[in-house]
Amino acid sequence: MASVTVTALKKKFGQTEVLKGVDVRVPEGHFAVLVGPSGCGKSTLLRLLAGLEEADTGKIELGDRDVTRLEPRDRNIAMVFQSYALYPHLTVRENLAFGLKLRKTDAAEIEKQVKRASDMLGLGALLDRLPKQLSGGQRQRVAMGRAIVRKADLYLYDEPLSNLDAALRAQVRVDIRKLHDELGATSVYVTHDQVEAMTLADVIFVLNKGQVEQSGAPLEIFDKPATKFVAAFLGSPAMNFVDGALERAESAWVFRAHDLVVPVDEATFAGGLEPGRKVTLGVRPHEVEVAEGGEETTKFVVTVVEALGPETYAHGEIAGAPFIARVDARRSIKKGETLPLVFRSIHLFDAATGTSLRAR
Amino acid sequence: MNKKPSFFESAASHVVLVLAVSFALYPVLWVVALAFSGTQTPSPRVIPVPEAPTLAHLSAVVGATRKVDGVDIWLFGRQLANSLVVSLATALVGVLIAIPTAYALARFRFAGKESGVRALLATQMFPAVASAIPLYMILNYLGLLNSRTGLVVCYASTSVPFSIFQLRAAFEAIPVDLEEAAMVDGATRFSAFVRVVLPAARPAIAVTALFAFMGAYNEFILAATLLDKEEMFTLPVMLQRFIGEYDAQWEKFAAGALVVSLPVMALFYVAQRHLVAGLTAGGVKG
Repeated sequence: MASVTVTALKKKFGQTEVLKGVDVRVPEGHFAVLVGPSGCGKSTLLRLLAGLEEADTGKIELGDRDVTRLEPRDRNIAMVFQSYALYPHLTVRENLAFGLKLRKTDAAEIEKQVKRASDMLGLGALLDRLPKQLSGGQRQRVAMGRAIVRKADLYLYDEPLSNLDAALRAQVRVDIRKLHDELGATSVYVTHDQVEAMTLADVIFVLNKGQVEQSGAPLEIFDKPATKFVAAFLGSPAMNFVDGALERAESAWVFRAHDLVVPVDEATFAGGLEPGRKVTLGVRPHEVEVAEGGEETTKFVVTVVEALGPETYAHGEIAGAPFIARVDARRSIKKGETLPLVFRSIHLFDAATGTSLRAR
Repeated sequence: MNKKPSFFESAASHVVLVLAVSFALYPVLWVVALAFSGTQTPSPRVIPVPEAPTLAHLSAVVGATRKVDGVDIWLFGRQLANSLVVSLATALVGVLIAIPTAYALARFRFAGKESGVRALLATQMFPAVASAIPLYMILNYLGLLNSRTGLVVCYASTSVPFSIFQLRAAFEAIPVDLEEAAMVDGATRFSAFVRVVLPAARPAIAVTALFAFMGAYNEFILAATLLDKEEMFTLPVMLQRFIGEYDAQWEKFAAGALVVSLPVMALFYVAQRHLVAGLTAGGVKG
């Protein structure tokens, strides 16, 4: 096990700059998730960590070893591929033992490690099968087994759940986290799925256009997104955005967009408040409530109702922008109904740069 | 959803298949009839069956001997060995050259790659006979006329480009992830190639080798040009010698053709497991 330190890492493919100076630090034993939309550079970063691509500039360290220019085999890492990449001509047992054999581990130790991994992943009955005789979920577990059978300094996961159906994905997600807690291995996991990122990570790195937009603990990023991009990317349904401007009304600050007026807490956004500043208001669907009376409210006309069981989402518009509000699942709401909404928490982003106005 | 065919659909498809098989096999049946007929020139008939059945032609072809340098040799055995040795060596040399070349073309980017591929493609446009005279002169200069080595060199030069194209497509179809997984697991690029890529490409390599073998085994024009000693002939040249300018020994030709077909049939039988692709199925998602 080792910590991972990536410093000012850059990578170009032809004229396209995929990574523009990335800094990442994952403490020993932590589970880090690289998350971002397609093309943000997260998979390239993972491949650079694995040694499958060579960095143009920058440095990658595993513990106190500089591995930037080392071949994959010399880095002591293990990786689970999106496609699983199981060797088709080898049985499950041989797949698991492949890396250990290459490293000239003695037969008894190989047998022991294969048994340990297969017991952990429930592969005991499948050891003599070929990959083509396994289901998608079983293949995924073999791919995991091939990684954990070795005592690597770092475990890499490249979207390992993306080929599984939704139910299996949720189950394997929990299994991966359990496995990590058991092994305590330093892991870096790439996904574009924000639910995976939120549920698996000790630390999340949100990448956008080849740069780390924000990093931190999942809830910290979720509650205090540093930019509009991060705010929009994490959370489902996504955060609502309304463009407007700041105003000083008597002694208090407000956000105004057409007829929408929202009070702004001066302490929360201290330093970013200037009269007339163009900003974007951000409100997560769960950060609104239907007022029960006596409060100043925003009128919200419901156009679509999505009842999901545990919760209901009401779709409509506020100040000309599409808006989703989460409401109590047991409350009966009809299309066309006007709801009096109260915003329990808000986010403000600079309209031009997208950076949060929240005081840090 | 697959629907079970009705009796009439099933019967109709069987009739069509039987007709198609009969059409394909009819000339072969004629060869069989000819090979085992005792009469000199069998009369044409609808159902080809041997007239006055005999094994005389077969034993005459297979049992032929010649005196070479004062020693009696089993001519057919020598010619069969020539064909097999030349064909196996052509397949081996062709595949050994084509595998690394095709892998490089499938996986790496390097200067001259595209123009090299175009040049290879261009060589496929000319018939083998176009190069017969230059090859004759080159082999003559090298002292390789009337030799198995000379024939292998010529055959390999024509089989290699085709083998490269065939194997390049096979390597491209193997996911790069497999090699990368092996390299992360501790393999060098070469050992990843040997331990992972080659086994995954085994069906394609078997088919390519089979094509190269067949090409060499059936080749006639170059062999007839480059060989003039009877004991160095390959089987197609031996067969052709039964058809002279003034006299055609069709029954010996037919008997020879049947015997010549046997090794190929045996090879297909042995290799059929490899001919069915799909070894890579299940290695990656899907």
